[in-house]
Amino acid sequence: MLTTVEIIILLPLFGAIVSGVFGHWLKKSSGYVATACVGAAWLLGLKTLVDVMGGVGVDENVYTWVSAGSFTASVGFLVDPLSAIMLVTVTTVSFFVHVYSFGYMHHDAGFARFFAYLNLFVFSMLVLILANNYLLMFVGWEGVGVCSYLLIGFWYERKSASDAGKKAFIVNRIGDFGFLIGIFTMFGYLGTVQFSEVVAKAGGGALPASAATGIALLLFLGACGKSAQFPLYVWLPDAMEGPTPVSALIHAATMVTAGVYVVARSNVLYTLSPTAGAVVAWVGVFTALLAASIALVNTDIKRVLAYSTVSQLGYMFIGVGVGAYTAGIFHLFTHAFFKGLMFLAAGSVMHAMSNELDMRKYGGLLSKMKVTGYTFIIGTIAIAGIPPLSGFWSKDLILAGAYHSHVPGHAALWALGVVGAVMTSFYMFRLILMTFFGQPRDAHLYDHAHESPPSMTVPLLVLAVGAIFVGGVTGYPLEHGWINHFLDPVLGSPDHGSGGAGLSPSVLIGISVAAGLGGFVLALVMHRSGRLGADSRQPIHKVLWNKWYVDEAYDVSIVRPIHRLSMALWTIFDTIVVDGIANGLGYTVKGISWVSGRFQTGRTPTYAMWMLFGTIAMIYAVTLP
Amino acid sequence: MFEIDWNILLPSLVVAGLVLVVLCVDIIRPDNKGGVSGYLSLLGVGVAIWVSLSLWGRSPTHGLGGMLFLDNYALFFNLIILAGTGLTIFVSTGFLEREEGGRSEYYLLILAATLGMMLMAAGADLIVIFLGIELMSIALYILVGFFRRRTDSNEGSMKYLLLGAFATGFLLYGIALVYGSTGTTNLREIELAVAQGRVYTHPMLLGGVALLIVGFAFKVSAVPFHMWAPDVYQGAPTAITGFMSAGPKAAAFAAFFRVMVASLGDLSGDWSGAIWMLAALTMTVGNLGALSQRNIKRMLAYSSVAHAGYVLVALVAANERGIAGGVFYLLAYAFMNIGAFAVIVALGRKGDENLEISGYAGVGFRHPGIGLAMTLFMVSLAGLPPTAGFFGKFQIFSAAVEAGYIWLTVIGVLNSLVSVYFYLGVVVSMYMRQPVGQAHAVSMTPFARVALLTASLGTLYIGLAPTSLLQMARQTVSALL
Repeated sequence: MLTTVEIIILLPLFGAIVSGVFGHWLKKSSGYVATACVGAAWLLGLKTLVDVMGGVGVDENVYTWVSAGSFTASVGFLVDPLSAIMLVTVTTVSFFVHVYSFGYMHHDAGFARFFAYLNLFVFSMLVLILANNYLLMFVGWEGVGVCSYLLIGFWYERKSASDAGKKAFIVNRIGDFGFLIGIFTMFGYLGTVQFSEVVAKAGGGALPASAATGIALLLFLGACGKSAQFPLYVWLPDAMEGPTPVSALIHAATMVTAGVYVVARSNVLYTLSPTAGAVVAWVGVFTALLAASIALVNTDIKRVLAYSTVSQLGYMFIGVGVGAYTAGIFHLFTHAFFKGLMFLAAGSVMHAMSNELDMRKYGGLLSKMKVTGYTFIIGTIAIAGIPPLSGFWSKDLILAGAYHSHVPGHAALWALGVVGAVMTSFYMFRLILMTFFGQPRDAHLYDHAHESPPSMTVPLLVLAVGAIFVGGVTGYPLEHGWINHFLDPVLGSPDHGSGGAGLSPSVLIGISVAAGLGGFVLALVMHRSGRLGADSRQPIHKVLWNKWYVDEAYDVSIVRPIHRLSMALWTIFDTIVVDGIANGLGYTVKGISWVSGRFQTGRTPTYAMWMLFGTIAMIYAVTLP
Repeated sequence: MFEIDWNILLPSLVVAGLVLVVLCVDIIRPDNKGGVSGYLSLLGVGVAIWVSLSLWGRSPTHGLGGMLFLDNYALFFNLIILAGTGLTIFVSTGFLEREEGGRSEYYLLILAATLGMMLMAAGADLIVIFLGIELMSIALYILVGFFRRRTDSNEGSMKYLLLGAFATGFLLYGIALVYGSTGTTNLREIELAVAQGRVYTHPMLLGGVALLIVGFAFKVSAVPFHMWAPDVYQGAPTAITGFMSAGPKAAAFAAFFRVMVASLGDLSGDWSGAIWMLAALTMTVGNLGALSQRNIKRMLAYSSVAHAGYVLVALVAANERGIAGGVFYLLAYAFMNIGAFAVIVALGRKGDENLEISGYAGVGFRHPGIGLAMTLFMVSLAGLPPTAGFFGKFQIFSAAVEAGYIWLTVIGVLNSLVSVYFYLGVVVSMYMRQPVGQAHAVSMTPFARVALLTASLGTLYIGLAPTSLLQMARQTVSALL
């Protein structure tokens, strides 16, 4: 008999196969199959959470994948509070995104293909979060990467879309490199990749601190790629070329949080290595501010949300970096609801505005799109960290954790986090004000605007309920809420290095609420004076508008040199040597003279010459020490 | 006189007998265009596989005047080689028909090459290994140029012959130097001579080792001795390209590993640095070369260079996990690579046309089965989990870490990540590009279908349940260490 967790994992795979293989015949019904599969997985996921709350965990090896000498790897699953939270997050958002996609992708020719990829993604994501060892986790890790690549480039006819897919793919390769080397090194030191054994052995002192730092940083490199942290965040904004449900599901709520999950899952390593933890936290806060600053001036509705995602992921890394793992995962959980909601709402706006993404052409849409508008506002209040909505609880937990931690510069970390919170609130309310309030700036688009069909608005409503309540229900009272009691046993409670010294908790809360409100007021004032979205000649505006020139810097320092190198290789090996000969052959060398033609080109002798050089080098290398 | 243990000879004997039978059939029925010979060859290969399996697990012996080994190591390579040969014959039947090149010496040559390879894997004496290499190589020279009317086929053959002769010279000279300094060409006696310090002049021995490495490096297409590979792979009849990339490469590695680790293992301090460089260069040049290819055969040629690099990493590590990993990897590689070539044959058109990767646009929708199989092979070649290729690489790289070669592992993993790009390029072309022009009918003979199915299932099986084969691979190691 299959266990519940196996059924949960197999359901989306089944859906993917059915809608992928039979999609041609099933047409629109493939969407029903796919959605039903994810829906069933969602219900079972909820049941699993209840089971785990009742103390029933799972750590089972389904079958031994490979066993050779000291090396064993299993296909096995682990359900503990951490993976149960992830499971519920992933399946909930997945299900509603599936429902939403019915309306959104209705007219698309690739309807069945879309659902097949989406199901395949859910399957891979579930493997990632439910695996009980790093190797199987890597299977899911690569799987979500491939699905993300396929879905970003879903509209492959558009060059920008397939370019964005490629960019995501290549940048993620860098992260994967770190992740893989990290696994190899871990296996080299501990002889196992099973979570439970890693915890036992590393916790038991089998891992020298330097090795723990190395492995932790390598895994974090992988996390930076997948979770879009500096310097590897550049792919995520471009990934918005994909269909909006994909942005909501993969590039906001689930896949991009995988890195945070990996760090939390490997918490034993980060506890062993304070250095690695500090690096994670500081990279997190840097990314949070960098991305938020770009979002301040951007006018593309999806890009703003994308930078916001990068920024919020930075907050999660602050949390897991300072040792407040519960806070990081809690923010991941609440963020999935409100960011998923906002992406879907943005999709609804685009749907109404003939796929226009430029907010400068929006305005005054609230009267025409009440559900979309109000749910979007709910998401915004949530992300701004204004109580009692969800974002407040998790963000505050992170900031408090940072403040009390003993990571070097923890007070600065907290202060910068607060600055970021002001920025977050500002750019989000700017988005709302530009989109839903004021006068319509493009009369033609405005006239055609209409509310989206129920298949799209119902998921908005459901996620809005989540965005309002999940934080408070699970996070109240702060630091002692249900979520803390649930997750602390696996993740450990944050280590309050500085004890109760410094500002008192209520002051901290007051400051972060003030930050959220401050951003809102600022946006409102600028809106009143008509300066939101206006062009500015200030140099700082230009720098932000050009996204700190990071893409340009990468282009000059990395992309172009590599391109030149490969072009040079290509020119030497193929154009001159191969194509030149092959083309020349057709025109000039005929009949029996081909043999001499071959020699005249000097190719075979060239090869022999290289062999000779190689031989001399080989003799040198072997005979001389 | 010495007693002959026929078991030692048995696998080779089956194939040798098969060569004679096919030759006779060729004389009796010259008009069969390879049909009957093909079926006979398949049958014989099946028998040889069965014989090899039935000899598995016996305590290692050697015989025939110390010329041949019978150990798990040789038997495992027999399986790789015979699987490669069998699959190639399956693929070839329809291929020869389409290209109208069916002549029975085709199978004769394949079988002769196979015999050579088996001698390379079982050889206990440098002379036997040398004979095996030459038997294999000469058959391959002819097979590469089998389509006599096609200039690229001829070009490849000629080039292979010339450069191969060059490499043979080095190999033979290396053997001579080793003989000169140790007084023997027998692998076990070389080992003893080195261990006991009975070496006439040490520099001469090392010079011999260097030249042996050169000779083997040419056969496994390691950089900078790889340059023949792209031209030869591209020019050879496609079924032969698939054949060459699996069996001959595995056999060359079999001999390479055996000579370096079993006989010259005590000198590893001298040669491992050189092999390290060879591995790093081979992986890097192979993958970078493959990046810009548009012809799929040429791309896979560079890919085969790169894969030789990965296996060389196992030789650098030269520990139990490494050797088992390398051996296992060669098995996995045989299945996935011949599978890929089976797809190329199936999608090709008369005259070995349609080899541009761009020509594969839309294949995934027009021919779902073929598309799916090709995706599997590409993903496996790229080393993504959970396929055969991933496990091979995992074994090899963790062995390298275990042996302390962290930087080589870093280079290897970086390379393997780069390689994903061009392997998935084929998948992208099949699934995410609109087909151009008319759909061409794809006709696969039942035999070709069997080949494709076997290769797919093999690749899947090795990936999903690698345990038993990995354990077999580990049982071969004791022959070397």
